[in-house]
Amino acid sequence: MKSGSNLERLLEKGEFVITGELGPPKGTDVEVVKEKAAMLKGNVDAVNITDNQTAIVRMSSIATSKILIDEGLEPTMQMVARDRNRLAMMSDLFGANALGIRNMLCLSGDHQSFGNHPEAKNVFDIDSIQMIYMVKTMRDEHKVICGDEIEGDFKMFIGAACNPFADPFQYRPHRLAKKVEAGLDFIQTQCIYDMKRFKEFMKQVVDMGLHERCKILAGVTPLKSVGMARYMAANVSGIIIPEDTIERLKGAGKGNVAAEGIKIVCEQIQELRALEGIAGVHLMAIEWEHRVHEIVEMAGLLPRPKG
Amino acid sequence: MITADRKPFEEIKASVKDYDKIMVLACETCVAVCQAGGEKEAEILASELKLAFGNEGKKVEVNDEHVIRQCDDEFMADPAFLEKVKEADIVLSIACGVGVQHACNFFSRTITDKPIRVVPGLNTTFMGANIDVGLWEERCLGCGDCVLERTGGICPITRCAKSLLNGPCGGSSNGKCEINKDTDCAWHLIIERLEVLGELDRIKPVEMYKDWRPSHSGGPRKRVREDLRL
Repeated sequence: MKSGSNLERLLEKGEFVITGELGPPKGTDVEVVKEKAAMLKGNVDAVNITDNQTAIVRMSSIATSKILIDEGLEPTMQMVARDRNRLAMMSDLFGANALGIRNMLCLSGDHQSFGNHPEAKNVFDIDSIQMIYMVKTMRDEHKVICGDEIEGDFKMFIGAACNPFADPFQYRPHRLAKKVEAGLDFIQTQCIYDMKRFKEFMKQVVDMGLHERCKILAGVTPLKSVGMARYMAANVSGIIIPEDTIERLKGAGKGNVAAEGIKIVCEQIQELRALEGIAGVHLMAIEWEHRVHEIVEMAGLLPRPKG
Repeated sequence: MITADRKPFEEIKASVKDYDKIMVLACETCVAVCQAGGEKEAEILASELKLAFGNEGKKVEVNDEHVIRQCDDEFMADPAFLEKVKEADIVLSIACGVGVQHACNFFSRTITDKPIRVVPGLNTTFMGANIDVGLWEERCLGCGDCVLERTGGICPITRCAKSLLNGPCGGSSNGKCEINKDTDCAWHLIIERLEVLGELDRIKPVEMYKDWRPSHSGGPRKRVREDLRL
């Protein structure tokens, strides 16, 4: 076992996993974290804790991850290259490990110009691929970057993100290959709406044998409204929402759009499950944690197995 | 070359308002080429200051001068020029930040009977190329360890908003960067260029951690050529 985490054990067993996501509060309100955690508990196998997502200041991913552990859930701590240099990253990783955090996600991070402190200086000392390699070296060689030995155990299940819908499209599987080469254990993709394009991507990934070298979790996000769909398609980079999906939401009629969105996401999960190389789904129900149980149940993924 | 933009007029005016004899000092190299701090711009700025102070009923003397390069002793050593500097209460330099600092330092070494105040009239922006008429783009951050050999002649340190060495990130869309639809994705350009060159394999291996010591992260830099030193 690389980390001994529940997520790793389930994936090794070949279970179809489901991970969730929790955005920490813009402050110190622990109750918000606990409420969201309670809604996710028992419905997902691990929960991503975002790291100042969209460059907006929030409770740290390490602290929030620890609260989740105390609540009986397993966190996947996200870490972005935007805010920390290599010293801060390794130091935070020691701390995270000491607190029992065993899954992480290595990310570049949204540029600070999107957030609430656009005047900040960014770091980007190392990038997400180098971060993967750094964590792997820490875990497998028991050394920090400079070669010094790590005192004590260091265990981590190493994840990263992958956007199959960004450009240049044909290069995307090759970038995933680089992440695998750097030492990745699992990948979570950007939200999938354009299934045709995703299947083209997966075909290349399978042809390259990448699905045998890392576990691939397909990202899904239920659409709450037609407005949200239009907003995401227009403003979130790398999100493509086909027009017929938007038409279908519209067609559901007033008061039924959210339910239709959930139906769509459950159909997507079934379709993804049947796809070669997909080991699970990553459900990003942003500020919709209270609907997660319903979605996972409708998708036929309950009860969750124990790792 | 080094590019710059003129500071907002009100900011410039406020920085010289307490002085009666102002010298606007142009630099005829980089900032003249990008039309921010050359002789012509010095003349215009001097006229604007005269007019603005005149409208307020304030009597000031504003002269404009120019040197080839404010970043080099050689071009400022003319005694007649130094006499004029000495007569001024303040020098408003419209060189880049290097020129402003060097002029300040040079005057402090050569004019010993009077401290010469030097203030900047420009905001120095970047090392870039003149892409088209009236268009300059940043091309080099001076990191001290050039990677262009492996990136098809396109610098990811400078031209990727995240300085990624293993890009492109997930924000690349239609060849543009996520931060701004007018900014090209450097990694998209790199991949296109390497494809043309038949060298896409060059970016297959993981590019390892960069050593930032040769960059500004290692502290202010100095270049010494012993063979050229006297």
